[in-house]
Amino acid sequence: MDLTLYIYKTIFLFIILLVTLVVAMYSTYGERKVAAFMQDRRGPNRAGPFGLLQPIADGVKMFMKEEIIPLSANKKLFILGPSIAMTTAMLTGVVIPWGGIITIAGREFSMQIADLNIGILYVFAMVSIGVYGIMIGGWASNNKYALLGSIRAASQMISYELAMGLSIVGLILTTGSLSLNEIVAQQHGMHWNVFYQPLGFLIFLVCAFAETNRAPFDLPECETELIGGYHTEYSSMKLGFYLFAEYINMFISSAVIATLYFGGYNMPFIDQIGLSPNMVTLLGTFFFFMKIFFFIFLFMWIRWTLPRFRYDQLMNLGWKKLMPLAIFNIMATGAYYYFTELT
Amino acid sequence: MTFLFYFLSAIMILTALFVVFSKNPVDSVIYLIICFIAMAGQYILLNSQFLAVVHVIVYTGAIMVLFLFVIMLLNLNKEIILQKSKVTRISAVITGGIFFLVMVAATRLTLEIHPRYAFDSKIGLVSEVGKTLFHEFLLPFEISSVLFISAMIGAVMFGKKDV
Repeated sequence: MDLTLYIYKTIFLFIILLVTLVVAMYSTYGERKVAAFMQDRRGPNRAGPFGLLQPIADGVKMFMKEEIIPLSANKKLFILGPSIAMTTAMLTGVVIPWGGIITIAGREFSMQIADLNIGILYVFAMVSIGVYGIMIGGWASNNKYALLGSIRAASQMISYELAMGLSIVGLILTTGSLSLNEIVAQQHGMHWNVFYQPLGFLIFLVCAFAETNRAPFDLPECETELIGGYHTEYSSMKLGFYLFAEYINMFISSAVIATLYFGGYNMPFIDQIGLSPNMVTLLGTFFFFMKIFFFIFLFMWIRWTLPRFRYDQLMNLGWKKLMPLAIFNIMATGAYYYFTELT
Repeated sequence: MTFLFYFLSAIMILTALFVVFSKNPVDSVIYLIICFIAMAGQYILLNSQFLAVVHVIVYTGAIMVLFLFVIMLLNLNKEIILQKSKVTRISAVITGGIFFLVMVAATRLTLEIHPRYAFDSKIGLVSEVGKTLFHEFLLPFEISSVLFISAMIGAVMFGKKDV
């Protein structure tokens, strides 16, 4: 490790951090615009042209609100909850390959912060730690609604983590690697994993929705039953952190889906165009972000289209439908490779 | 590297002590979680990233969540000081002391075991762990999975009232 690499990695880390925050910020704007479009309304259009400054106005509003810590709450843990939610949401972006290799002044730099050889598992580890943010926050509020919401969230996330993990096994069987960088590299030239693992992709997608607590799986915060769910007692920027963490999670999940199943930064016909390698990398990153934005849109589309599940339906879907399907997917993939390698 | 080792070890020992000494059970669980994360750091120092991540997923992410679940649902957030009889206390001290003795004896023996298995820097990587599990330790691995399934089925049977 030399100094240039250190400097490059530090700068790149800050860029990714900024991009994550900005994308999450504008996802809130996007969400409201998409919702407005689906409900035949105009959506935010007062702050700035097309309401583009709305997220900034929202952020300022969040900071200006009074900060309340309930008297009966556990103060330490009350603050710890949103911090964990935010931190773990941001940590996942480290292993995602945001682009290919870029050459600056004769040196090659990879557009990925850390190429771990267990990249996928790292994502799962961060997701599983993220549960604590919700659980601790809900419990520390010392409020029955918040506790019920946090318990719902935690049980939902643990249940769907299993099906998610199993759906990934099929993918690992096809790629033979746990490193996200290598998985993306293997998908070069339209060999996108979604064509080889369609069932696995569907299971993963459903689980990603459940993991991010998004509709139709947003039971932890369903207003009609639980007021605000786990963040009932939160106000000001601590509430903002929870809401923001959800959007960051959505962005990261979209990035993971695009990386694992839709070729990451690969784009079709890239070899035929004949551009310089640096251009190819930048174009790939641009294309990767287009894929991510499509999936963020899909998240919103489904949120404003489908009604919410009932709690028992949610658990039935997770344990009795998705998990057996995921196991079937593993068996089918394994059998396919076993028999094709024999002949 | 040495600094990181001592840093992580200090965190582990301190948080482990807090687990025992803090009165609030939820605090204990959170200190244990920090202890486990520091332990994952130790695994990374030993170049076994796979073990580290699996440790985080299984222990930190699943088992401790269940602990927290139980504590939250039983509403153990009041600071309870358990009153035990003298006999229980003395026997607990003796048992703990004996267990400590066993642990110390075990750490003394590791020095002798070490040369038999030469240190391989790749031992903790996914492919090596997989090969070891499915070649050398295939039978114990399969038997333990059968044990897990029987434990799971047993738990379900206990949970269902009318079978």
